[in-house]
Amino acid sequence: MKYNKGAILRSIEQPFVRDDHPEFETGDTVRVDYKVSEGNRTRIQAFEGVVIARSNGRGARSTITVRKVSSGEGVERVFPLSSPLIDAIVVVRRGRSRRSKLYYLRDLRGKAARIKTDVGRQEADRAVARAARGEPKSKSKAKAESQAEAQPEA
Amino acid sequence: MRRGILGTKVGMTQVWRDDKLVPVTVVLAGPCPIVQRKTLERDGYEAVQLGWDEKKEKRSNKPELGHVKKAGVAPQRHLVEIRDYVPEGDAVTIDIFEAGQTLDVTGTSKGRGTAGVMKRWGFAGMPASHGTKKKHRHPGSIGQRKSPGRVYKGKRMAGHYGAETITTLGLEVVEVRADDNVILIKGAVPGPNGGLVVLKDSKRKVS
Repeated sequence: MKYNKGAILRSIEQPFVRDDHPEFETGDTVRVDYKVSEGNRTRIQAFEGVVIARSNGRGARSTITVRKVSSGEGVERVFPLSSPLIDAIVVVRRGRSRRSKLYYLRDLRGKAARIKTDVGRQEADRAVARAARGEPKSKSKAKAESQAEAQPEA
Repeated sequence: MRRGILGTKVGMTQVWRDDKLVPVTVVLAGPCPIVQRKTLERDGYEAVQLGWDEKKEKRSNKPELGHVKKAGVAPQRHLVEIRDYVPEGDAVTIDIFEAGQTLDVTGTSKGRGTAGVMKRWGFAGMPASHGTKKKHRHPGSIGQRKSPGRVYKGKRMAGHYGAETITTLGLEVVEVRADDNVILIKGAVPGPNGGLVVLKDSKRKVS
């Protein structure tokens, strides 16, 4: 039987793919606003922590593992990115990570378990946020950009 | 009357249904041409012989060609009889089934070759320590002593495992995509991806 397995599976999964999530990588700190239903009313529960893994590609089956330390106890939750129960994902902080899975954080406590801020991406985020608010670019940024314009790519 | 159709297992994925993630097996099924009808008068029972997966004529032998020529259809790779099913028309399509109903799915399970008792029968094996030596995956004792002095028939031992016909009962249909000849069945169905599966109305009562 000739058929295209990938095409069939994609056609089934495609409607569930959510493209409204922001870009983020492992090492970033995110807040996941998750809908929780209690009885007949739903409320939104925030889970904020470090993304220690993105699994199963970028399609409808992809998940993220978010880890936080809650009153001294490490807590991890796995969120399917296609879940309709996710109200929003907000990037709180950009972290610099040299690997795709940060499982080593499980063995670290306190100061050792910190992740360096990825200043470059964090500043880029802030610039975007400022632009969205309609504020002028920061001085240093404006200068850097004007220089970049003056000297187009070498 | 339990309706039936032949299909190919494509693979598994998952779909969301009311905030719940449902594991589904995707099966490509039909349209299956009716190759032969068995009748009470001529054959002593009623059944329909369905074909699935057309093949080239040069891959068929003469008896096969004669058989399909009689029905006026192309040579088929698989011919399966569904008993006590008298469909109308000259082909069976997937839209005989609908979402929410249950199916029995028959397939040939994945072959595992010669397998030990732990994989084949779920035996616990022997302890990892406490003096166990080179016998960690063994069955242990297989009988008693002088009485009965033999191993009982049917004693579960190592041997060939898998590649047998398995029917999984009572699987729920999640969705029927009649335009693509695709059906989504909740849970796993027997066999490897690309394997032949027979879908029939479930003999189990719907709870």
